[in-house]
Amino acid sequence: MSIVVDGSTRVLVQGFTGRIGSFHAEEMIEYGTDIVGGVTPGRGGSTHLDRPVFDTVKDAVEATGAQASIVFVPPPFAADALMEAADAGLRTAVCVTDGIPAQDMMTVKRYMRRYKAERRMHLIGPNCAGVISPGKALLGIMPGHIYLQGEVGIIGRSGTLGYEAASQLKAAGIGVSTSVGIGGDPINGSSFKDHMAAFEQDPDTKVVVMIGEIGGPQEAEAAAFAKEHMYKPVIGYIAGLTAPKGRTMGHAGAIVSTVGESAAEKVEILKECGVIIVERPSEFGEVVGRVLNRAA
Amino acid sequence: MDIHEYQAKSLLAEFGVPIPMGGLAYSPEQATYRATEIGGGGWVVKAQVHTGGRGKAGGIRMCSSEREVWEAADDLLGSRIVTDQTGDRGRGVFRLYIEQTVDIDREIYLGFVLDRSTERIMLVASAAGGMEIEEIIDKSPESLIRVVIEPAVGLQAFQAREVAFALGIDSGVVAEASNLLVACYRAFRELDATMVEINPLVITDAGRMLALDAKMTFDDNALFKHQKVSELRDKSQEDPREMRANDRGLSYVGLDGDIGCIINGAGLAMATMDMIKHSGGKPANFLDIGGGASPERVAKAFNLVRSDESVRAILVNIFAGINRCDWVAEGVVKAMHELDLQMPVVVRLSGTNVDEGRRILAESDVPVITADTLAEAAEKVVDAVNKADAA
Repeated sequence: MSIVVDGSTRVLVQGFTGRIGSFHAEEMIEYGTDIVGGVTPGRGGSTHLDRPVFDTVKDAVEATGAQASIVFVPPPFAADALMEAADAGLRTAVCVTDGIPAQDMMTVKRYMRRYKAERRMHLIGPNCAGVISPGKALLGIMPGHIYLQGEVGIIGRSGTLGYEAASQLKAAGIGVSTSVGIGGDPINGSSFKDHMAAFEQDPDTKVVVMIGEIGGPQEAEAAAFAKEHMYKPVIGYIAGLTAPKGRTMGHAGAIVSTVGESAAEKVEILKECGVIIVERPSEFGEVVGRVLNRAA
Repeated sequence: MDIHEYQAKSLLAEFGVPIPMGGLAYSPEQATYRATEIGGGGWVVKAQVHTGGRGKAGGIRMCSSEREVWEAADDLLGSRIVTDQTGDRGRGVFRLYIEQTVDIDREIYLGFVLDRSTERIMLVASAAGGMEIEEIIDKSPESLIRVVIEPAVGLQAFQAREVAFALGIDSGVVAEASNLLVACYRAFRELDATMVEINPLVITDAGRMLALDAKMTFDDNALFKHQKVSELRDKSQEDPREMRANDRGLSYVGLDGDIGCIINGAGLAMATMDMIKHSGGKPANFLDIGGGASPERVAKAFNLVRSDESVRAILVNIFAGINRCDWVAEGVVKAMHELDLQMPVVVRLSGTNVDEGRRILAESDVPVITADTLAEAAEKVVDAVNKADAA
């Protein structure tokens, strides 16, 4: 098993025919993801990468039985695309788009609550690298070759820092069950906590690694959840020790604006909740290896 | 994006928020002229700078004659206001806002923020106005009133009234206060703000409400919707390094260390800076060159990092996913040829096409120091700076 996606998930690409959508759709197909078609309004009825293109998500779901989508729609139109996906009954949407207005995301999250929990869409991102279950499926933009299949669940905000961690694990011979990027925006879909709960239930995952950063309350909330509800060991790293207060560090959400949001404060909160801390970003492989050996 | 007080007041006034009479001035002559236009017996001359705490830093002057207005304006224009938010360089004063003085009965704190816990807009108010919000949280946290606003319907009049009553506002002014709160909320929502702050919001001796100060911050990602707000950008208030970076589509934050950083991805950039710190060095900047970095983009990044005179060594750390290491390597070689860099450059490449990237660096004639891991890269660049110190 794995969380979010596996080899049997039927996937749509929203923003399928654009340059970025096409590039990553090809990569995902090559990795073995079951891409069943795409949506580009106005291009319905045509074929792209040997797969059907639809005008609306509803049409696509009806024709293909898709369960998930990955969204490459540009920022001004992305919120609309996410609400369309939620309305069409998709179970999961991964939004890669960076630069969506925060209040548009506020609207999206409010809109998603219109649907009953059992048919409510699970949104991952925006501004994220997506999800990979190594050896099974890729619903994202990460380079597949840096991941080994294995027992470590990874949840992170940043794409490239997640790659760094995965490649350190690979160098140490350690594999990954699923790696999820939740994205760097201030208002996002799923949180660290949501995926921790899923990893706790996943029989293939033995250890969870949480890669957080400055800004926002989600790392602290996840740590409190881990303390109360998780048996599996949780390992954490928080980026941004050198970040000054009140400055946005690249990610729209990476800004220390209130008490408890700096890297040093978050590390303290994590420690208090029993999370094992990776002190330096060069030590992911070493720390995870140590924890796995102890668990074995 | 931040804007000036006078701009925020003008925007809020369009939504119905009452503000004192005032006018903008670029010279002492204009300042006295504005004072006579406004009339009355007293004026406040306020430096227009993008920072809080300007009152304590001497940026706000009370004047009781036109002569004093002239002198205050002459003193402030061209000066720099230094607060704990600005760093040592401070912010230059090039515009003044002249306002009529107001007889104040009481001061209130009012703010609207995008609350990340509830993922909604939150109204924050306190009867302990006049202090900065941090000070209120510290000294009288029990005075804080928080109201989370349902995005589908917006701030309702009953919620606004509840806040007004909780603040202890006289019943005769409650309707006015309620309208003011709804107006601020509408401005926040319709203009894609991330923060609206009126501190202090005052009730005058005559029983009127006025926004005595106003601050607004906008979501950079939403500026494409708001032409009028975009035009309020004042580049004189920005760090020149950051301004150049933004105009080139690079994400840059200037810091006060001496190791220049060129990295792809915000998280990896922060982690690399942390690693430099752990190795005993100090980063000079945050710089994320983003995905799909062409050789030209890498060369631009070098140019930008080098333009900071305190930089004494450069660390390039690229984990290529969408990026390609061979392109980055070509960019490094190109930049080092064109810029004639006289400082150590450490390059760490990983990910897509890494072997090709390493080959390009090895076969070139540029003197780069290469590293295979994050730890090695940080150690080598700190070492290079220390060696330069010893020499």
